Amino acid sequence: MMMTRERLVQIQNAVADTKLQNAVYSATARLKEKRQEVVEELPEYQELRTHAAALKKHALENLDHYLEQFEANVIAHGGKVVWARDGDEAAGFILDIARQRGVKMVVKSKSMVTEEIHLNQRLEEHGIEAVETDLGEYIQQLAKEPPFHIIAPACHKTRQDIAEIFRKGLNTECGDEPEQQAGLARRVLREKFLEAGIGISGANFLVADSGALLIVENEGNARLCTTAPKIHIAVTGIEKIIPRAQDLAVFLKLLARSATGQLLTVYTSLLGGPRRPGDVDGPEEFYVVLMDNGRSRLLADKEKRESLNCIRCGACLNACPVYRKIGGHNYPWTYSGPIGAIITPQYKGVLQDPWLPFASSLCGACAEVCPVKIDIPKILLDLRRDVVAERTQASSNRLEKWAFQGYSWLMRHPRLYALAGRLGAIGAKLPFATRIGPAAKWGQVREVPMPASESFRAQWRKRKAAK
Amino acid sequence: MPGRVSIFVTCIVDQVFPRVGLAMAEVLERIGYTIDFREQQTCCGQPAFNSGYRAEAAQVAEHFIRTFRDADFVVVPSGSCASMIGHHYFDVFPPESAMHEEAQYLGPRVWELSRFLTEVAKVEDVGAKFEQTVTYHDSCHALRELHIKEAPRRLLRKVRGLTLKEMSVAEECCGFGGTFSIKFPEVSGGMARTKIDSIHGTGASTVVSIDSSCLMQLQGALSRAGSKVRTMHLAEVLASREPQS
Repeated sequence: MMMTRERLVQIQNAVADTKLQNAVYSATARLKEKRQEVVEELPEYQELRTHAAALKKHALENLDHYLEQFEANVIAHGGKVVWARDGDEAAGFILDIARQRGVKMVVKSKSMVTEEIHLNQRLEEHGIEAVETDLGEYIQQLAKEPPFHIIAPACHKTRQDIAEIFRKGLNTECGDEPEQQAGLARRVLREKFLEAGIGISGANFLVADSGALLIVENEGNARLCTTAPKIHIAVTGIEKIIPRAQDLAVFLKLLARSATGQLLTVYTSLLGGPRRPGDVDGPEEFYVVLMDNGRSRLLADKEKRESLNCIRCGACLNACPVYRKIGGHNYPWTYSGPIGAIITPQYKGVLQDPWLPFASSLCGACAEVCPVKIDIPKILLDLRRDVVAERTQASSNRLEKWAFQGYSWLMRHPRLYALAGRLGAIGAKLPFATRIGPAAKWGQVREVPMPASESFRAQWRKRKAAK
Repeated sequence: MPGRVSIFVTCIVDQVFPRVGLAMAEVLERIGYTIDFREQQTCCGQPAFNSGYRAEAAQVAEHFIRTFRDADFVVVPSGSCASMIGHHYFDVFPPESAMHEEAQYLGPRVWELSRFLTEVAKVEDVGAKFEQTVTYHDSCHALRELHIKEAPRRLLRKVRGLTLKEMSVAEECCGFGGTFSIKFPEVSGGMARTKIDSIHGTGASTVVSIDSSCLMQLQGALSRAGSKVRTMHLAEVLASREPQS
């Protein structure tokens, strides 16, 4: 196996952990069922998906144009766009601002891009405290774990787990009731919002024709993060761009429905720049850090470019039977589930974790629910082809290559195929046959099927002769 | 007007479940078709394709096309193999190549059994009798690539004595996934357990599907769990005439 021993053991443990399995299965089932209900009520759902995919395709094919338009509009509103090639450049900019303004604490609303570049860790290394303010992210931060799910970061925790995390992390009493837990987090976080010098957010969409960013959320923490502190820095990926504000009519109908089964999230904020004279609130400084971090490499690959369509709704995770078994922490990078399985090899190179595209039954449940029509199973198949091509070049996997060459040769020689079948049926009866090779792997969790003593073709020939 | 149909029994049916091929032939003959079994046939090439070995898959696919190129109808007791031929052969051969064109010609002539019966033969009642409560497992490639949902259920509802009881997660994957089942046995087995919990919830004696590979996975997991539930291919149910013990 191309997987590390450590990873294999973690996966085995996750599958065997009944408590974890129940928590993840019920959380994802809830999201999955709610999504199903609301998309069934939307007659134009399929047309919206087609439209959204076409808009994303157009935006990605003209990304340079729209990014420049976006930047010009942000500048016109008094904000600033910062282009970051990678995490070093993004974190470097944020650290510079913090140093210049004497900021010791930042509050953060949910952002997968900052997870991608380990921003919290980088800030803390320089003595700046970063506080997550999304409830799920806050729980994960206190538990010292990365998010388990793109939109429900702590969905694998029971309420008892969360009570324990709060008791330990905040050194205070905490009961098992979610309302009580949310109330406690709110009280602690209110102080942080008032104290923080910088608010860091992500963005769901960057609207080119208005130079605005759109953020959806349910807790109001993103709105506070982006308006209470004097400085707002949004850190986001270049692929989040959409051409026009009116395109939001398509994406907003799809995003909340696909993510949480809501018609719209509780808060939808369009942020267009720093506070203007006469405004009662809003930050004094407004920055948008546009991250590449490998995205332009994906953009160059026409065959798999649609991977960048993703609007991070998480629907594919909830639909995926593999994610639901192995959980969000057994994927090698920030992004888990089917979307993680297709983008990780493209960002990191296919040989980094060559097992990843193979960890799928290719059931297609992900593509069925994807609101922007990413053909995830097809991309997994393409990635498998790429893994094989690269590994064969490195000649590290000769045995498998020979096996498939042998298979192909045998399948083109029907008489020898039939003979091999007869020999196989005899061989399978040998006492050790089910204890070696693939049969042994199969037999770990299932009874091993026996080849028929007489193949179809043999029986058919007899049947014909008897007639 | 019934005529002559070719059958592609698939490698797994040929070698492991020949009774499924015989049952399919019996049902087709019962409704008036003459069967053409071409002994040159072997496999559709899916194992190599799904494992990333495109060149090897193309060689096997070419053999399949050469075997069946002049057939008017090729009936297959598998949604997965039918989808490989009808959809993925286009990814196997470069666009505008001769084989790509041949794949385009042959693709629409390849029919999964339940769809052939309901859409070409236009038969729902094939005269079967099976006095059991059964539940139907939607195999992924049939459901999501060929959009086969109702055809097998319509056929099952016309079987005398049969009660069809839906399971809660009929559309969830059984966990087979070809080499996935041996590359990730724990995950694959976990997926099968979720599925068999749902099967047990129906109280059915038999789980039916149109793909023998899913049934091999489910039967293996059911037997390991000590369950009395057995698996049957749709063709076997449709071929049944006598009350089952």
